[in-house]
Formats: sequence, structure tokens, C-alpha cells
Amino acid sequence: MLRYIVRRLLSMIPVLIGITAIVFLIMSLIPGDPATAILGSYATPENVANLNTKLGLDKPLIQRYFIWLGNLAQGDFGRSFSLNRPVLDEILERFNATLILSGTAYLLCSFLGILTGIISAARQYEISDKVITFVVLIGISVPSFFLGMMLIVFFTVQLRWLPASGMYAIYGGGDFADLMRHLIMPALALSFVATGVIARLSRSAMLEVLRLEYIRTARAKGVKEFQVITRHAFRSAIVTILPVLGLQAGFVLSGSVYIEIVFQWPGIGRMLVDAILTRDILLVQGGVVFVAFCYVFFNLAVDVLQLWLDPRIARK
Amino acid sequence: MIEFVRKVVRNRLAGLGLIVLSVIILLAILTPLLPLAPPNEIDTPNRFTLPFSDNAILGTDHLGRDLLSRLLWGTQLSLAVGLAAAFIAGFFGSLLGIVAGYLGGRTDSSIMRSVDILMAFPYILLALAIVAALGPGLMNALIAVAVVNIPFFARNVRGVAVTLAQSDFIQSARLSGRSNISILVFELLPNVASVIIIAFSTTVGWMILETAGLSFLGLGSQPPQADLGSMLGEGRAALITNPHTSIIPGIMIFLIVMGINLLGDGIRDALDPRLAKGQLEKPSPLTRVGDGLIQSPPIAETASKAVMDINHLSTNFEVGDAVTKAVRNVSFSINSGECLGLVGESGSGKSVTALSLTRLVASPPGVVVSGSVRISDQELISLPYESLRAIRGRRIAYIFQDPLTSLHPLHRIGHQLTEAMSTHSRGTNSVFVERAKNLLVEVRIPNPERVMEAYPHELSGGMRQRIGIAMALANDPDLIIADEPTTALDVTVQAQILAILNDLRQQRGLSVLFISHDLNVMAQICDRVAVMYAGEIVEMGRTLEILEHPKHPYTVALLACCPQIGQGRQNLQPIAGMPPAGHEPLNSCAFANRCSRVQPVCQQQPVKIVHIDSQSVRCLFPVEES
Repeated sequence: MLRYIVRRLLSMIPVLIGITAIVFLIMSLIPGDPATAILGSYATPENVANLNTKLGLDKPLIQRYFIWLGNLAQGDFGRSFSLNRPVLDEILERFNATLILSGTAYLLCSFLGILTGIISAARQYEISDKVITFVVLIGISVPSFFLGMMLIVFFTVQLRWLPASGMYAIYGGGDFADLMRHLIMPALALSFVATGVIARLSRSAMLEVLRLEYIRTARAKGVKEFQVITRHAFRSAIVTILPVLGLQAGFVLSGSVYIEIVFQWPGIGRMLVDAILTRDILLVQGGVVFVAFCYVFFNLAVDVLQLWLDPRIARK
Repeated sequence: MIEFVRKVVRNRLAGLGLIVLSVIILLAILTPLLPLAPPNEIDTPNRFTLPFSDNAILGTDHLGRDLLSRLLWGTQLSLAVGLAAAFIAGFFGSLLGIVAGYLGGRTDSSIMRSVDILMAFPYILLALAIVAALGPGLMNALIAVAVVNIPFFARNVRGVAVTLAQSDFIQSARLSGRSNISILVFELLPNVASVIIIAFSTTVGWMILETAGLSFLGLGSQPPQADLGSMLGEGRAALITNPHTSIIPGIMIFLIVMGINLLGDGIRDALDPRLAKGQLEKPSPLTRVGDGLIQSPPIAETASKAVMDINHLSTNFEVGDAVTKAVRNVSFSINSGECLGLVGESGSGKSVTALSLTRLVASPPGVVVSGSVRISDQELISLPYESLRAIRGRRIAYIFQDPLTSLHPLHRIGHQLTEAMSTHSRGTNSVFVERAKNLLVEVRIPNPERVMEAYPHELSGGMRQRIGIAMALANDPDLIIADEPTTALDVTVQAQILAILNDLRQQRGLSVLFISHDLNVMAQICDRVAVMYAGEIVEMGRTLEILEHPKHPYTVALLACCPQIGQGRQNLQPIAGMPPAGHEPLNSCAFANRCSRVQPVCQQQPVKIVHIDSQSVRCLFPVEES
């Protein structure tokens, strides 16, 4: 087990370096001169040249990449010119908000998706299966940002139940209950699509397992059908479902960009979109690399969990 | 191709998807010809007109532009961009996948490394980075979405291409000296086409959503031009006061994506051979029984000394209208302490018979259409689920053919054994563990402590089958049904397992229904033997009599193709011909077409069982003593 983890950690190094290289390469495609972008179009050529030297932009591309990489390794993500503060500070603050939103949505969609998938498989072709299949179909077809907007129209405008924007009320909020009230709608909108995807996959994974001989053995032993479904079939199906759960984390993170915009959530997705529109390169670069790294490490955790759930893997 | 389209359309939901999508695509194509208001003409005095007003069917937006016109033009744009992105991603992704899979080696590993790195990004981050670099704009959003989806195609296609590249026809094409390009295009491509189509149908909806998403963020199409995403983005500003400006484009995106998903599912089902065979159906906990059987009251009869009486049992496999008769009108009984053998070639219905007894035949497609199965006082076929469950594993236990597939791969042996006990009796786990260890000793497992902690894949085949036996013994059942328990094992292990079974049977006075295709095995363990052919019992009697004086020509033929140890190189005679297909009704002796002693009368009517001494035989002209 430990050896596996160490091996996986080592094999991640090229991936992590590859991520930084791709991000850096893409960002270097940006036409125009960052110094001009910072100083505005009326800046004198001397000022632009000075700033370029100061930012290290006069050096060749390769050299600049390694300087940036070295700084990253030391936790220095540079300084955002549009916000005039260290990129990492901004990222950490924003990521916290994103984590609350995406984490909640992720737990929600994993739980609901697997549960409905199991019910759907166990009651194949019955009414509950049909209802779930129908809702799932809507789930995977509706854009999350549109769903979020419709939730606002219904729950904020019509019913006046829930706040439509931000993480906390501007006046008098700030406690946990306040956060929950703000969190419900964005988390629901964000998790709906992923719930559909996970439910579909769980259903087919369960159906696949339910045909197998050891399920027949369990039934021949007289095991209760509920336990046949949960302890026998699901125990095996989770091994197929888990890797997809890992991938869904990426989809939830991606979806959170839209949801953060719709609900004015102060997360990293909104930060990135703003940074793109203001051409704040270091902030975009840093944000993308940071989130991608988190995602890679999350998937490592999923792999370890997989190993623990399926002892057969260790033998291969 | 026509067959394929028919398959897709037969799926009603896919047909619905096709209709929705066709209507939308048709509208998008006809948009320039329709009498619409110009989409970008600003008319501020008439802003935010509600739908169904006089001069604008769907109302107007914040600048007074006609929403219907903008919707149709936007749909056209969104569809075009989404499809273009999908084609670009599909083309380059498949190209990378085919090349990597075909060439293998270093090309493969470097391509797939890069693909892995691209896949390590949550997709939108990469798209955002690309749009950040190229600048906001619809073309750039298209490129971003296409690039992000390339890895998906590359992965899927490469997976299939790798296996194909090793296949015989590609290898021989290579050896014949054809150029790589010609092999790639004419041999490999047609064979990965279905994978590409499936990948395309899964992702095209996504890509339309993603481009709409980028436009929604203001990073795609730029004003005044609008696709559906940017219409939603613009509508958002007026969401609270005039939600119709958001609802209209939102519903259009939803309809498009739903149509694509429905159609995509239909295409996948039509291309996926597993679904065609109905294999992804969940078997119900009980085999379905035919109409009328459930209600039939148990027939009161004088108590016999039989552990189990089976009368006129018939089981079918029903797939749609096709009915295969696997078990036809089978009757026999198993006496207390007796080992009854059920022998026959594969497909003769012996396993289905065994599984039918406690209604374990996978259903669908299995249906028990007639008959009764009785143990002492209870009729099993009409028993409700809970009562039958209480009998399964408790009074009737099974040993299955392949212990590797019939033991749960992710449960420890100890758990599988104690579960069999805790299912039927109350008690503490430690008591069950103790009993399980004793059982392991009984089936002669050397170190029970260690085996209790092991997983099935850590044990040898013979060990696993001993576990299977131990599990069947767990509740001290009245009857054990052993369904080819030695077939998956090699010969020496087979002998050990048989010896264990035989000893246990005698020590415990067990009744056993022993199923095998091997008459030699039967001879070692069975008191009586029933021979099955084409779902029927054709001969039944004491083992020795059947082996030495077979009366049915089929039994004679079966014995003639059984190798005998110590008889040297004897002539083994295979039986010519095939058993009758199961979907045909039997209007003759089932064996007539292969029988060396066939008479015209054999072909004219089904044959009844006749009793000769202690043997029963289903033959009009039983073999006489030679």
C-alpha cells in the first residue's frame, strides 16, 4: 500500500510539471505587451521597458518559465497587478469559497447519484426507475447556469425564500445559518448535472454486477435481497463507480465557474473570469495551476481509496 | 446501415430525440428564409415586450430586439459552433488515438503522456486558459472547447486501436508490405468507427453546452452577434424583472442537448452488442413462474421418504417472442441420504433444472412454466419470496461450478462463511467464526485461521471449491445441489474434491443432487443416475445398471464417448449431429435424428417413459442385453 502511494506520488511529478508547462505556454501566446497592459496605452516607452526588465519579461521564454517554476516551488505565485496583492493570497481566499460550494455540491451529487443509481437498478423497469431515469435525463441536459437562474426566479423572486447572491448577507449575516441559506441554491444547481451522470453510471455498474455468478451464490445462500443489493452488488459496483467519481470532481469544479458567476459567489472561478477580462496573466496562470494541482492530488486520493476497496489491484 | 437506423428508431426515446433535433436543425437551416425581424435591430421604446404580444411572438429583449429572431439565429450559431468543435475534436482526437494505438512504442507513450496531462485539468480551466490567451471571441471559444475534448477521443480510440493493432488481420496487412497510411485508413479506421461515433454522440451535447457556457461568461460570441449562451448571459442582467429573456434561450439549449442525449443513447444501445442480447437486465430474486402456477394449491399426498419430489417441471427462456424450452416436463425424486446424479451434455438442461428447484434461474429470461417441486410439506414453486429465501441455503444448499466466479471477490472467506450462518440463525459472530473454522477443518483445509482472512483470489482452485462445499454445509441442509462442482478443476484436484464430498455425504447422511457431464465421476459418487437430453430425462436407474446395461440409445452413445482409465486407446465415438433446437416443440423422439436405431415411428410422436425392471427409459425400442 505505502509503496503504491510512493510510486504514484513519483509518477505525478511529470504530470505536475507538464501542467505548469502547458499553462505557461498557453499564456505566452497572449499577443501584446503585459507592461503596456499594466501601464495603459499612454505610457512612455522608457517606462514600459523599465517595467519589462523589472518583471523579467526581457528574458527568453525558457528562462522565464524556469524562473516562474522556481518561484512557484517556493510558494511565490507573483503579484496580481489588477488587485495589487500577492496572487497566492487571493487564490487561497477565493479557493476557500470555491471549496465550500464545490465540496458541498460534490458530496451531494456523489451521495444522491449513487443512491438513485442503486434504486434505479434494483427496481429496473419499475415506476421508481422510470422516474429516476427521466429526472436524470433532464439533469444531464440542462445547463447548470440556466438551472441556477431558474432557481433564483422561483425561490428568490417568486417565493422570496432564499437569497440570490453572495456567500453572506451584507448586513447582519455571517454565521453558519446565513452561509447555509446562501449555499442551498448554488449547491443544488451545481450538483444536479453531476448527480445525473453518477446516477446513470451507478445504475449500469449495478446492473452489470447483478448478472454475475456470485450474486446468484448470495441468493442461493438465502441472503436478504436488500443485502444482496447493498453488501454484495454495491460492494463490487463501487469499484467501477469510484474512478468516475474522481473525474466528476473536475466537472463539479468546472461547473462552479458558471455557478459562481450566476450567484455572485466570491470563488476562484469568478476570479479567473475577471482576471481573463482584465488580462491579469499571473493571476490566471496561478489560479489555473493551483486548481489543477488540487485536482491531481484529489485523484490520487481516489486511487488510494480504490486500492483499499479492491485488494485485487495490489496483486497486478 | 438500414438495420442500424431501424434499431435506433425502434427505441422510442431515441426516436423522440431524433424528431426534436430534426425540427430544431430544420428551423436553424431555414432561419435565413423565414420572415423574421432583423435580429440586431434595436428598438428601445419597445424593450422587454412580453411573449405573445402583437409584433413579437416571443417578446423583445433589453434593447427591444425581437427574441424569436435572435433565438433562431442564435440556435443556428450555437449548433454550428458546437458541431464544428465536435468535428475538430473528433478528427484530431481520433487521429492521435489511432496513430498512438497503431504505432505503439515511444510514439504511443509520448502521445498518451501529453493526453494524460491535458486530462489532469478540470476541463474548464484549460478552456479558460486558452480563451485568456487568444482573447474572448466565438472562434477562440470554439478552439478552446475543441482542444479540451481532444483527449477524450484520443483515449477512447487508442484503447480500441491498441487491441486491433495486435489482431491477425492488421498483422497480416503489415506483413504484406502495405504502407502504414493505407492500413490506418482502410483497415483500422472502419473498425474503430463505432467507437468514434459513440464518443461523438456522448460529447457533442457537452460541447454545445460548453461553448454556450463560454459565451454565457462573456468569453464567446461578442455583441451584437448572439448565440444561445450569450443571450442567456444578457438575459441574466434582467433576470428578476424580465425572466422571459433568459427562459427562452435556456429552454432552447435544454431541448437541443436533451435531443442529442436521447439520440446518443439510442445510437449507443444499437452499437453496443451487450445490450442487444439483453444482458444488462437485472435478474429478479426469484425466477418468474408461468401464469396460474402461483395460485395452484400444494397437492396433498401421502408422505414419501423422498427429500424432494419434482413433478412435470418445465422451464423456458423467453426473450421477446422467442421461447427456448430448456427443461421439458422433468420428474424425479431424491430420497433421503441418496446421491442422485443428473448427467447430460452441455445444453441438455441439467443446470437449469437444478437452478429451477429453488427458482434461481436468471429471470428475465427464465420462466418456470409448469410443474411442482416439493420438500416434505412445502411446494416451492408457488412459495412467496420470504419463505423460499428461508429455505435457500438453510434446507437446500448449492455448490456451484466455478468457485472463482461464484465466490464474492471482495469479501474475505471468513465473512462469506459466517454470512451463510447469520442469514439463517441468530448468534454472536464469534460462535459463527468458530463454526466456520470447524467447517474448514471438515473440508480438510490445512490452516483455517489464515484462510478465513484470505480473499478468494489468494487461494487455489481446489481450495476455493472446498470453501464452496463448506459454505453449502454451513446450515446443515437437508439437500445439497452440486452443479458440476468438479468441472472447473484439474483431474487430481477433482479426485480430492469428490473424496471430500463422498465422505461428508456418508458421515452426515446428506442427500445430494449431483450434476455432471462426466459419467466416470457419476460412477464414483452416485447411487442413482438420471440422463438428460434436450431438456428431457431419457433414462433413469441405479448407477451400476445404467453404466453396465444402458437401455436408451443416447446413454449407450454417451458411454461410448467416455474415456475409461485403464482401457488403453479405446475408440471414442462422438455422437454425430446436433440436439434439436430448444424453440421447437418435440413431435418426435428428441434423439431420433441422431439415433442409430431410429424407426419411422420414432419420428411421428413424442415418446413416453416406460419402466423396465427398476430402470425407466424414454424409448420405443430400448436396447436389449447384448
